Amino acid sequence: MLFLIMTALLILPVLIILATLIYKGGPAISWEFLFDDPREGMTAGGIFPALVGTIWLVAVALLVSVPLGVAAALYLSEFAPDNWFTRFINLCIINLAGVPSIVHALFGVGAFVLFFGFGTSILAASLTLAIMTLPIVIVATRESLQAVPLAFREACWNMGATRWQTIHRVVLPNAVSGILTGVILEVSRTTGETAPIMFTGAAFFLPFLPTSVFDQTMAMSLHLFVISTQVPGVPDHLPYGVALVLIAMVLTMNAASIGLRMYLRGKKKW
Amino acid sequence: MNDQGVATILETSQPATAAKGPVKLAVHNLSISYGGTPALVGVDLEIHENEIFGIIGPANSGKTSFLKALNRMDMFNPAMQVAGDILFNGTNIRQWRNVYALRRRIGVVFPLPVGLPMTVYDNVALAPRLSGVNRKADLDDIVERCLRRAALWDEVKDRLDSLGSLLSGGQQQRLTIARALSQDPELLMLDEFSIAVDPVTTMRIEDVLKELRTEMTIILVTNLTQQARRLADRTAFFLTGSCVEIGDTEALFTGNVQDTRTADYIAGRFG
Ligand SMILES: Nc1ncnc2c1ncn2[C@@H]1O[C@H](COP(=O)(O)OP(=O)(O)OP(=O)(O)O)[C@@H](O)[C@H]1O
Ligand SMILES: [Mg+2]
Repeated sequence: MLFLIMTALLILPVLIILATLIYKGGPAISWEFLFDDPREGMTAGGIFPALVGTIWLVAVALLVSVPLGVAAALYLSEFAPDNWFTRFINLCIINLAGVPSIVHALFGVGAFVLFFGFGTSILAASLTLAIMTLPIVIVATRESLQAVPLAFREACWNMGATRWQTIHRVVLPNAVSGILTGVILEVSRTTGETAPIMFTGAAFFLPFLPTSVFDQTMAMSLHLFVISTQVPGVPDHLPYGVALVLIAMVLTMNAASIGLRMYLRGKKKW
Repeated sequence: MNDQGVATILETSQPATAAKGPVKLAVHNLSISYGGTPALVGVDLEIHENEIFGIIGPANSGKTSFLKALNRMDMFNPAMQVAGDILFNGTNIRQWRNVYALRRRIGVVFPLPVGLPMTVYDNVALAPRLSGVNRKADLDDIVERCLRRAALWDEVKDRLDSLGSLLSGGQQQRLTIARALSQDPELLMLDEFSIAVDPVTTMRIEDVLKELRTEMTIILVTNLTQQARRLADRTAFFLTGSCVEIGDTEALFTGNVQDTRTADYIAGRFG
């Protein structure tokens, strides 16, 4: 009974947030809101550039962090010897996960904007996001790799398979559901982040769509921050509308992740 | 002393042995330890071509470790150290340039069946595919032949596309045997294969093994001493990390032993 109440208490804030957003932001949602540029100093019009910008940022970040993270996890799980160096790497990953996002943002400015000279651009912002979410991909991938029983690997090795053949034929196919779940988790985290992108590539107001990774772009999360705190005279329903769309994006990703997990678990092979 | 004399002595000292083939596997002073703790010490033995070589012994005597050393599975376990020489076809297995090729010549069946999480067909076709066989017709042939030999074909021929890991325990074990055979091995090592198999199937597999001995050499590790008696030409008795005795199976089982512990174990007085 106590547990039931505590569970209910967990659900409550989520429900309240959702209800408020739908109640206050729902009226703002329209075809025009989604597919129009912001107008009149962002006090009217739509959010299209921010929507597209967020998709760019997330996509580029994934393009970097997924290959890198999966490769790192493969190394850690399948190849790395158990020595101080490996343990040190694992410690670093845990620490990387704990670094506040504003610190990542400053790192991004120093490394990508200034040192590598990417300027404030999608590339710099996405790289910052990628570094920040790398631990999620690594940890999720490593855990799903290690969930594949050793006996499967040994059976393969006994047949004369090399390590790579074993990974390719047996380990990866059985770890892919866990890896995908991690990736989706990363997407939903990346979508909502504001701090890491506001100094590295996201623009205050830029009613054009980006054409390459070297452009700046608007982004949903920053746009929400801007119109709710920085711009006077924004009608109430606008920020709520933006928040609602943002939350809808994240929840859709999470739902997709849960659905995918259930689907793949249904197909679970052992 | 001439060659004739040596041969005579060998024959007279081991009278019950039938004509032996050439030595397939020679093990000299083999010791295995895990992180410094010895698991097997100073084993010397020779296994001949087309022979079924039995290994019996109580738990923890080092039987499985012995098999693992033979196909260099120690490579995957940094804690496992192997000392001594193992000669396969006269060549030290440490000098094999390609360990993967070595493992392909040695089929292994472990006590707990491991149906890989892929279809029955893919389970058996995996090893041929790894060594580059890709034509559907060739693979079909191999899969059917190996499943027949493992006495599994009739039960799975209509469900080759279902998951290998969903077969019953006994079926999975026979699938593992089919998989080992799909490598077309020169040496087949079975480690307590009948643990997960019912008696009837066990007898069918034993019949298969008797047929297979004309094509390959077989090492049979077993908990069932009677199984060794039924199948093995010669049998080794392992006890707490050492090889106590090697002899003709019939001789051992008829009390003709050098060490009383062997007789005690066979008679079921311990272990
Ligand atoms: N991977 C391992 N790491 C550490 N020690 C091990 C490992 N495998 C086996 N050993 C140890 O080596 C010794 C011999 O084990 P082994 O598995 O070879 O015995 P066995 O004769 O096959 O026993 P059983 O009949 O129970 O299968 C045991 O004391 C065991 O604890
Ligand atoms: Mg064993």
